[in-house]
Amino acid sequence: MALSVPAIMKTTAARLSALYLLLFALCAVALVFYMTSLSARMLTAQTQDTINDEVLGLARAYQRGGLPVLVRVVEARSRQPGANLYLIADANGQILTGNVQSLEPGVLETEGWTNSPFSYQRFGEGELERQRNLPADQSTTQSEQNEAQAQGEKGHNAIALVLRLPNQMIMLVGRDLGEPERFRAVIRRALMLALGMMGLGGLLIWFFVGRAALKRIDSVSEASRRIMGGDLSGRLPVTGAGDEFDRLSENLNTMLARIAKLNEGLKQVSDNIAHDLKTPLTRLRNRAEATLSGKHKTTDYRQALEGTIAESDQLIKTFNAILMISRLEAGYSSENTNRVDLAEAVRDVVELYEPVAEEAGVSLETELREAAFVNGNRELIGQALSNIVDNAIKYSTDATAQPAVRVAVERVGTEVRLSVVDNGHGIPDDGDRARATERFVRLEKSRSQPGSGLGLSLAKAVMTFHNGRLDLLPGNPGLSVVMSFPSREDH
Amino acid sequence: MQMSATQPSSEIAYNSPMKILVIEDDREAADYLQKAFTEAGHTAHVAGDGETGFALADAGDYDVMVIDRMMPRRDGLSVIAGLRSRGNTTPVLILSALGEVDDRVTGLRAGGDDYLTKPYAFSELLARVEVLNRRASAKEAETVYRVGDLELDRLSHSVRRAAREITLQPREFRLLEYLMRHAGQVVTRTMLLENVWDYHFDPQTNVIDVHVSRLRGKIEKGFDKPILHTVRGAGYMLKSG
Repeated sequence: MALSVPAIMKTTAARLSALYLLLFALCAVALVFYMTSLSARMLTAQTQDTINDEVLGLARAYQRGGLPVLVRVVEARSRQPGANLYLIADANGQILTGNVQSLEPGVLETEGWTNSPFSYQRFGEGELERQRNLPADQSTTQSEQNEAQAQGEKGHNAIALVLRLPNQMIMLVGRDLGEPERFRAVIRRALMLALGMMGLGGLLIWFFVGRAALKRIDSVSEASRRIMGGDLSGRLPVTGAGDEFDRLSENLNTMLARIAKLNEGLKQVSDNIAHDLKTPLTRLRNRAEATLSGKHKTTDYRQALEGTIAESDQLIKTFNAILMISRLEAGYSSENTNRVDLAEAVRDVVELYEPVAEEAGVSLETELREAAFVNGNRELIGQALSNIVDNAIKYSTDATAQPAVRVAVERVGTEVRLSVVDNGHGIPDDGDRARATERFVRLEKSRSQPGSGLGLSLAKAVMTFHNGRLDLLPGNPGLSVVMSFPSREDH
Repeated sequence: MQMSATQPSSEIAYNSPMKILVIEDDREAADYLQKAFTEAGHTAHVAGDGETGFALADAGDYDVMVIDRMMPRRDGLSVIAGLRSRGNTTPVLILSALGEVDDRVTGLRAGGDDYLTKPYAFSELLARVEVLNRRASAKEAETVYRVGDLELDRLSHSVRRAAREITLQPREFRLLEYLMRHAGQVVTRTMLLENVWDYHFDPQTNVIDVHVSRLRGKIEKGFDKPILHTVRGAGYMLKSG
């Protein structure tokens, strides 16, 4: 995977690593600065204590023998190796004795502790000192050398206590700050090292952890691209590790299955529209065209228009049925489901169809023992049941015996079964029975009967909506259509 | 949108003229409705969007309003809810392309009095609008309905014609009750299925016709004058003479 830098920064893993690195670095820098300044303050306080002690000793010398003794003590101490800074000047600031050659101007003008470190030069320092430093410090880093050079040029830094002697002369006792400076340098080096380690760590984390995650995401996005390319049956990879990526893939797969189902429904609708609505529309158009061409009487026009209206109404009905079936099959969710008594639903529909059955010479009977409650929609159940009863009445008329349709509700285990049984010729062929609930399927024998071929498909869709089943069974003779509902638990 | 219009037959005597407000964004459909209502003897005003419609409805004194559900600027349900909250009780018929059970319930809950799914036949719309007319619906409180020599007592559940007792099944009684409440008005098959059976779907076979012809047999057999008339292409009408 050869990624250029901008491409790497496009991956979440790299961006997160960079962000963490930055945050850690900021924290580390803040911490180091805090610690450095704290240590520096402590060292300064220590230095001040040392100076105070020196001053006390010098004061005792002065008391013992006045200025000459003081000067002697100062000169003696000045010469010791690693000595502090000593300086005695006259009232005008002219250096008289001590180990300081020159000072930053203005240091001697105010009494007490110097406000901030000042630079100075000792006797015998300057060019000589620098030359001695260069070869001696081979091991020190380049930056330290630079620092030492810079220091050499402008002298050392020190803090000091400035006192005025009773005879108006000025005494300065100070201490070089070389030590704290070196301490800072050490800290700075540690900081650089730490930052470098963190950078390296971040890179390693990105490489091993981030890239692994990246690979999983890449495989997911590649699979999505394939699916988007039209392969709706494709699914995202699931490794079985049960981690976040697996859960994400599983959820997306469930979503894809749902989309595929909706898509399938949509495709069927468009197929049906193309196939079964175009035919009557063409017929409608042809009839209008035929009526317009040639001379006709007013009554002919009227008849043609009435036929047109009747045919459009039939088209609208078919169209509504197709829409309803697809919405029900797509899992159209209704707020309007509640407790429905199937026995009550059967009584209503049978009462509605009773005169039709009587007119057709079919006896319509019910077998209802008790109320059977299901979770559902009265309207939809009524529509499905009326389609089935309608069919049963139509197809029982060719019965050899007295045509009869029997509607029964019974409880079988956790199901409530509503069955409509006729004693007509039924559908002897198993394959035909299975196909009968498909949309627009009209079995050979039924072609002579009016109907859209959608009645049983709609009933099946209604059962899908109710989490139930629609079964077509041989009725011995005739056909038995069984609607199985899951029964309500609070029955 | 396509509409199948059946010219109302001239033999039907329509009720007192109504003032109807049509709120419909489809210009062609609105003009067609206005023309058709005018031909039926009513006055119709048209508003092309929800805001205009609301203003007109709020200011004018209409007998019935026909409101399209989906419109620009302000949708039909919001117009109805707005009018109802201002105390306007004018009956409203909602026209909608949405015809599922849920859509109908939402529409009626928003304050609509009736719901008709597009596409519809004008005869169906006209029949429903005339039944909604608030001036004609004063019969709700009456306990005895009378049409000619036919009499229906809602309390004792008895029906007599020319002083002769007629025995009806419970559903036949409700069917006749509905027809008599809207005597002199066209009642469509869908209206009967909705109001007497409480079903909103189209049965494959025209079951209503069989019920009506059975009822007709009971209330007309043995009497000289027909009272339950079939209105061609529209529905039925109970009318004496």
